Amino acid sequence: MNTLEVCGLQKNYKDFCLKDISLELPAGYICGYVGQNGAGKTTTLDLITHQKKSDGGVIKINGMEYKENPKKYKEMIGYVRDMCYFPNDFTLLDIQRILKDFYETFEEDKFMNLCKKWNLPEKKKIKDYSKGMSIRLMFAGILARDTKLLILDEATNGLDPVVKQEVLEILQDYIQDGERSVLFSTHILSDIEQIADYIFFIHKGKKIFYDTKEEIAEKYLLVKGGLEELTDAASGKIKGLKKTSVGFEGIIESDESTCLSVKCVLEKPTIDKIVVAFIKDMEE
Amino acid sequence: MRIVISNQSELPIYAQIREQIKEQILNGLINEGTVLPSIRQLAKELGVSVITTTRAYNELESEGFISSVQGKGSIVRKRDNNMIREQYLKRIEEGLESAFATAKLIGMSKEELKEIFEALLQEE
Repeated sequence: MNTLEVCGLQKNYKDFCLKDISLELPAGYICGYVGQNGAGKTTTLDLITHQKKSDGGVIKINGMEYKENPKKYKEMIGYVRDMCYFPNDFTLLDIQRILKDFYETFEEDKFMNLCKKWNLPEKKKIKDYSKGMSIRLMFAGILARDTKLLILDEATNGLDPVVKQEVLEILQDYIQDGERSVLFSTHILSDIEQIADYIFFIHKGKKIFYDTKEEIAEKYLLVKGGLEELTDAASGKIKGLKKTSVGFEGIIESDESTCLSVKCVLEKPTIDKIVVAFIKDMEE
Repeated sequence: MRIVISNQSELPIYAQIREQIKEQILNGLINEGTVLPSIRQLAKELGVSVITTTRAYNELESEGFISSVQGKGSIVRKRDNNMIREQYLKRIEEGLESAFATAKLIGMSKEELKEIFEALLQEE
C-alpha cells in the first residue's frame, strides 16, 4: 500500500513550472524531499495538501484523491512548517477548540497530554511562543488525531540541535506501526539524511532522482585524482567535475568506475556531494 | 544485544548491524530462540532508516542466522556447527586473500610468501 502516490503533477506559473513530478511512497517510510530554495518543494507540498490546485496530474493519499472525499483527504494529512500557522493571538485552549471543530478524529485528552509533556504554557499567546514551542504545538495538534501522511515543509529550519533531534524521534515514532509515512522537505539534507528511507531530489521544478537512500549511496562514487589521470573517457563520465591546479574531483557511477586509472582515489560520497554534482552539471 | 554504529566506519550502516548481530550469535551472546527487536523499533533506537535495518535483517536471514516468523518477528535460529565453521572459513579466506593482495603490491615471490606462512605455522 502506498501512503502517497503522485503522478505527472504539473503547475504552471509565469516564471516557474513544476513539470511531471511523480513519486510513490509506501506506507511506513520516511522520504526526504530535497532541493535548493526555489526548486519547487513548497509548490509540490501545497499541491499535495490541496492548498493550491494543480494544472495536471493525480495525487492520492492512501489510494484516495481529494475530489473523492475532500474532508477525509484533509483529515489524513498532518502538516508542519517552519512558521507557526495558528493565529497569533490564540492560546493553547483556543487552538484546542478550533482543532476539535475542524477535525473529526481530534482527541482533546491526547492533545492536552502532549502539551503537558512538552511543557507548553496554557496562558501564553502563540506569538510569544519560542520556535521550539511552536513546532511542538503543531506536532501536538497532529499527533492528537488520526493522520496517515505527515508533511514537513522546511520545518527544522532554525531549530536548535536539541529540538531538531526531538523532531527526528517524533518522525520515527510516527512510522512505528508501518501504516503511516512522512514527507519531509528541506534544503539541508543532513537534517534528515540519517533517518530517511527515500530521497527525492528536485531541481528547477523537475525530478532529478528518486530512490532509496541505500541505492543512491551505492550507485555513485566520489573520485579524486591528479590531472594526468583525467583522461577524456573519464572526464566524460564524471559529474560535477572540479579541476584545480593539483588535481580533480567529481562523482561517477560505480559501474563506470572501471574506466578510471588505478591511481585515482575512490570514496563513498555523502548524498550532499552527489546532489551538488548533479546541480553543477545542469548549470553548465 | 549490543549494537554500536560508527559513522567513521568503512562498512555501511546495514553491514555494521549485520556483523555485530552475527558476531554475538556466533559467540553465544545471543541465544537461540531470542526474538530480535522489530526492524522499525531497531531503526528508531539506532536513529537510522527502516530500509537500513530491513537490509541487515534480510541478509542475516539469507545467511541462516535468523528466521522471521509472521506475527512473532525475527528469531535467532539454532546454531548450526556447519554454518559456524563456514563463517570462520570465509573469514580465514578473506584474511589470506588480503595478505596475498598486499604481497602482490610489493612484488613478493611465491617462495617468500610460503616462507612467511611456514614460519607462522611453526610459531603455533
